[in-house]
Amino acid sequence: MANEVCFRTLHLDTPWSLEAYESVGGYSSLKKIIAGKLTHEKVIDELKLSALRGRGGAGFPTGLKWSFMPRNMPGNKYVVCNSDEGEPGTFKDRDILRYNPHQLIEGMIIAGYVMNAEVGYNYMRGEFYEPYDRMESAIAEAKSKGYLGQKILGSDFNFELHNHMGAGAYICGEETALIESIEGKKGQPRFKPPFPANYGLFGRPTNVNNTESYASVPVILEKGGQWFLDLGKPNNGGTKIFSVSGHINNPGNFEVNMGTPFADLLEMAGGALGGTKLKAVIPGGSSSPILPIDIMMGLTMDYDAIGKAGSMLGSGAVMVLDETTCIVELAAITAHFYYEESCGQCSPCREGTGWMSRVINRILKGDGRAEDLDNLERVATNIMGRTICALGDAAAMPVKGFLKHYRHEFEYMIEHKRSLVKG
Amino acid sequence: MGKVHIEINGQKLEAEVGSMIIEVADNADIYIPRFCYHKKLSVAANCRMCMVDVASLPKAVPACATPVAEGMVINTKSDRAIEAQKSVMEFLLINHPLDCPVCDQGGECELQDLSVGYGEDVSRFTEGKRVVKDKNLGPLIATDMTRCIHCTRCVRFGQEIIGIREMGATGRGEHVEIGTFIESTLESEISANIIDLCPVGALTAKPSRFKARAWELQQTTSIAPHDCLGSNVYVHHRRGEIIRVVPRENEDINEVWLSDRDRFSYQALTEGERLLKPRIKNNGKWQETDWQTALNLVVKEMKRIIGGTEGKEFGALLGNNVTTEESYLTQKLIRGAGCNNIDFRMRRRDFSGDGRGSVRSGFNFPLAELDNMDATLLVAADLRHEQPLSAIRVRRSTGFGSAMAINPFDGEYNFRLDEELQPKPEMLAQEYAAVLVAADAKRPDILSAEAKEWLSGIKAEEVHHRIASNLIESENACIVVGVYVQEHPQAEVINWISESLANVTGAKWGYMTQGGNSAGNKIAGAVPSQSAAGGKAIKGKNAKQMIKDGLKGYLLVNCEPDVESVWSKEALTNLEKAECVIALTSYVDGRVSEYADVMLPIAGCYETSGTYINVEGKWQSFTAAVKAPDEARPGWKVLRVLGNLLDLKGFEYESSKQVIDELREVFDAVSDRRNARKVPPALGKVSDKDVTRESLGLYMVDPMVRRAKALQQTPKASTHPISISRVKTS
Amino acid sequence: MTDFNYDKSLHLKKLLPKDAIDKIDNWIGKYPADRKRPPIIAALTIAQEHNGNYLTEDLMQAVAEYLDVPHIAVYEVATFYSMFHLNEVGEFVISVCNNISCSMRGANKVIEHLQNRLNIKVGETTGDGLFTIKTVECMAACGGAPMLEVNKVYYENLTEEKIDQIISDVTMLRSKKSKSTEVKK
Ligand SMILES: Cc1cc2nc3c(=O)[nH]c(=O)nc-3n(C[C@H](O)[C@H](O)[C@H](O)COP(=O)(O)O)c2cc1C
Ligand code: SF4
Ligand code: FES
Repeated sequence: MANEVCFRTLHLDTPWSLEAYESVGGYSSLKKIIAGKLTHEKVIDELKLSALRGRGGAGFPTGLKWSFMPRNMPGNKYVVCNSDEGEPGTFKDRDILRYNPHQLIEGMIIAGYVMNAEVGYNYMRGEFYEPYDRMESAIAEAKSKGYLGQKILGSDFNFELHNHMGAGAYICGEETALIESIEGKKGQPRFKPPFPANYGLFGRPTNVNNTESYASVPVILEKGGQWFLDLGKPNNGGTKIFSVSGHINNPGNFEVNMGTPFADLLEMAGGALGGTKLKAVIPGGSSSPILPIDIMMGLTMDYDAIGKAGSMLGSGAVMVLDETTCIVELAAITAHFYYEESCGQCSPCREGTGWMSRVINRILKGDGRAEDLDNLERVATNIMGRTICALGDAAAMPVKGFLKHYRHEFEYMIEHKRSLVKG
Repeated sequence: MGKVHIEINGQKLEAEVGSMIIEVADNADIYIPRFCYHKKLSVAANCRMCMVDVASLPKAVPACATPVAEGMVINTKSDRAIEAQKSVMEFLLINHPLDCPVCDQGGECELQDLSVGYGEDVSRFTEGKRVVKDKNLGPLIATDMTRCIHCTRCVRFGQEIIGIREMGATGRGEHVEIGTFIESTLESEISANIIDLCPVGALTAKPSRFKARAWELQQTTSIAPHDCLGSNVYVHHRRGEIIRVVPRENEDINEVWLSDRDRFSYQALTEGERLLKPRIKNNGKWQETDWQTALNLVVKEMKRIIGGTEGKEFGALLGNNVTTEESYLTQKLIRGAGCNNIDFRMRRRDFSGDGRGSVRSGFNFPLAELDNMDATLLVAADLRHEQPLSAIRVRRSTGFGSAMAINPFDGEYNFRLDEELQPKPEMLAQEYAAVLVAADAKRPDILSAEAKEWLSGIKAEEVHHRIASNLIESENACIVVGVYVQEHPQAEVINWISESLANVTGAKWGYMTQGGNSAGNKIAGAVPSQSAAGGKAIKGKNAKQMIKDGLKGYLLVNCEPDVESVWSKEALTNLEKAECVIALTSYVDGRVSEYADVMLPIAGCYETSGTYINVEGKWQSFTAAVKAPDEARPGWKVLRVLGNLLDLKGFEYESSKQVIDELREVFDAVSDRRNARKVPPALGKVSDKDVTRESLGLYMVDPMVRRAKALQQTPKASTHPISISRVKTS
Repeated sequence: MTDFNYDKSLHLKKLLPKDAIDKIDNWIGKYPADRKRPPIIAALTIAQEHNGNYLTEDLMQAVAEYLDVPHIAVYEVATFYSMFHLNEVGEFVISVCNNISCSMRGANKVIEHLQNRLNIKVGETTGDGLFTIKTVECMAACGGAPMLEVNKVYYENLTEEKIDQIISDVTMLRSKKSKSTEVKK
């Protein structure tokens, strides 16, 4: 089954309208909560049961994360949504924001209720003007209906929601950089601990989740944690939106059950572009290591299966590559991206990403040397685990992945000064 | 705070809960390499150099950001730790120019030191290095930003310690550059500390740039002379020339910092126009001469004027930073010669408290306690410009406590003020007294009936009640009275209010004093109402009388009354009119050559041994770091010889130590003469003409600072920190 | 002489129209009152929009004064985020994605076509000050690769014809605007 959770309004005429959202059961979970039929403990229990794992990339169990928030601590607490959607290949949150903004809003209101937070911020990347307009209208609609704002649905519960825009920086997707960015600073990740649940936005307890994570919550509470879990696999509950792009006929977002075989997803996406032969897949955004197509074809789309194969489900950005793809070129694009996007505070990341990018580009230009590949491998290893945030790892892992499966393409290019694939 | 037990490199250690591995290691003298970590700054954990191996953790962790936990077993030298440290080192070096031979930091560079141990001989990085455009940060700090390793110590210093963000890290990733907004000079009074903080040669001292290599320098410990804190310094010199002055750590006083004024004033010694030989004015023309001739003339003139006027028409004026030995000998000399006119307080207007109060001046609580105050009340105190490093402490306290100010000027604060009153200067005492009224309302059992009577005409408003309550209710509270008050026509009233307010509220109080050795001058007896250690004295003229009434002869010891005094105009006129002005000075430029008749070249600070007594009453002695140039001699020696030539008893000293020991003995023998201040006479009206409208600028306070070239080129040099034109009408 | 009663908000008010200032004030209202920095990004974005797509030192300083934050705080932000331009750019900045998915689907051809069509290179601005071409990282529209963005609007599934259309549409938009506002030549 498809489009059962975040995309459940997609078949309607104006899927983003409040009317559309209410017609599929929207805001009923919030009403249940306000009516006292769902306590905050119960919400967390249902989320834990549902095995909803964070959709931002790391796959951390959402129910557990919510339970860390010190809801009884006096003073402000914040609910923050990560709609930065910067991981190359990912374009699902943009569609949730554009086509089903109310579900995100409801999810965040519920989070506010559960965590005793009265203010929420939705952090959108600076280029999201269209989603911003949709969100602003949706917030206004929700307010006019009493779902959002002061004394929600006549109760004592208040929750204000604001959109915040970034201005072009991938690193602001990292949750502590995002918090810094809302605070009006450069998006430089903070050292953890303390984690945002203790010391987050404006120094207050803060919960950060991805857009898709929040948007999944209302449906889980409406239909039950067990229902959601059953859609997927144990420990990998629910549906997941996969952003499928690259060399395929029908690229786009597909909300399918967790654990759907990759082959099925590929078919939904129309198969190889122009019927060419596929070569490999980057299964979870550009920071996830590449997997050759024959390995991919045997996998199901869930955290555990992809993880076992040596890559990551990440944000669910599935980039499909056909046999015309030169891996060295791909590696150069990827390395350049992390080089451009390193925030610059940690020495290994700041210096190492530039180093890797320069070496790969040199190889690409035909100036590669025999020792370059061992050196690349070593530099990647030296970055990993030695930085404040995971961008260091994100930059190193794909390089290692490319070298693991396609070292021969690099070697060929060093030796022959041209691409094995493109000649 | 509880304790945990950990082990570092096999050594069993006890550590405070919550402390970071690196702190515990530092305390145990176990070295962990680092660049971004600094004990006085927040933890940034960005250089990644301090990676250590913790047995229970899967990968090496940064020691600066990893808190200790019970039973932790840490290794700083295991393969895993060294591996991590080495790889970080490699990253740091790939874009570093490795130009140690031409770098001013060479020999004392943390990167250079560490790279010897960790860097690979042959770099595997062959991609071409980053070059960064240099920034112009003004006359004090030279930059070579290509060497920057982005540790952000300098940025955090501005943000956290100065409290004013001037430096920042712009751009991102590899393009991050440390600098100011577009391009501008640093305006802080303690900016140059970033030179010490910078672990590489990106930020170095401009005045001493390329003057010497670190390993050629000798160092002498000394005391900085320009404010009453008495910051501890090292004077670095080579072959008799001072190359630079840097802070010497002393947690109780300057911590690890130094004000720009104390750091760069030495330039006046090396580059100022020094007086190199004694000079005598003959028919309006200066003639160089030998010491014997000059001293004979001085003795002759002193005898003539003092003898001819029963001591009435001669007087000695001293600077605020002459050594205690010099002021002790000056008063001994003058009094021995039969003259009682001596003073150093050329900016004082109100002498009614002379002979009262304590012989100690300033603070009767440790400066370091300013860090921990729950409430601090500043009374006409412009800490940033008067005692820059004390502002750091008050700022620290405002992290949890509050600061309040009654300042007759629009002060520049680097901390948040919770209350701010800006009375006109002539109304300062009234405004302040209203706080006492409020305190008395809350705690009516403490003030005497007489005091209450004195206060009866003054009304407290809500803000005064808030201030008083805050002082009463805070466990640790203090009142800091600024130098400006010592210049106020109602200084004694204000001091009495402070003392009373402290009594009523339970707050501590202290007042800041001018220059580096006001406390020492007072203890030495360089005041007309008291001899050494507060002993009895035949009352002579004070500075105001000497300057305003005019004398036939003056002895000036390291001061320029025409600049320093609040009666500067009268000073100039009367010095010019005088029959004989004898100046013990280090410099020839300035008006001194116009009004003086004899100039005796004395050693500057760092060229003489001596003692400064700071505002908390700490006696800090120092030796000369270098010899004075040419014929210049330490002031104490000149005064001693004068004593001999005048045939005075007790001038047989062979060292400055004997001088200070003599004073110390007298001082220790008397118990502090602490006469409580009496309730002052009724509060008169102060004319707005009688108050200081412009204080001496930050870099104007004494002859030495005024001649320090680089300081004079900073934006702060041309402004008067306290300028009444900035007063808002209250 | 510093005038201490100087109204720090004046500088920006002189540089931006009232509706832009209102928008900035609206952003200020979204954050806790004791926090001055959170609206920096929004204020810079708005300022840039009203200044022909780029920021000047003067504007950044005015923003800092308006928000009462240190200049360097604004400068740090302006240099960190890639959507801020610190040098003059065209009235229409064409941002072409050349990350993985777009590259796989011909981003290079898009760039080439744009360069030929406008007769400029990436990073350059056309002589009439209308267009700048800029390559950017993934903009979260990989399903519509190759794609580009021109002043707030995404264009996806690009073909050469589509690109030509975009350019002529935009040019038309501009010529209408210049008629009504009498732009000086
Ligand atoms: C470099 C980097 C970039 C990231 N970018 C995003 C992003 O664009 N969107 C997102 O939701 N999470 C992103 N994350 C993950 C977030 O840090 C965080 O884990 C996530 O927002 C938590 O939400 P979740 O638990 O709902 O997944 C990124 C992490 C890193 C290290
Ligand atoms: S790993 Fe890179 S992006 Fe992350 S904090 Fe460090 S320098 Fe910034
Ligand atoms: S000293 Fe620990 S990371 Fe820099």
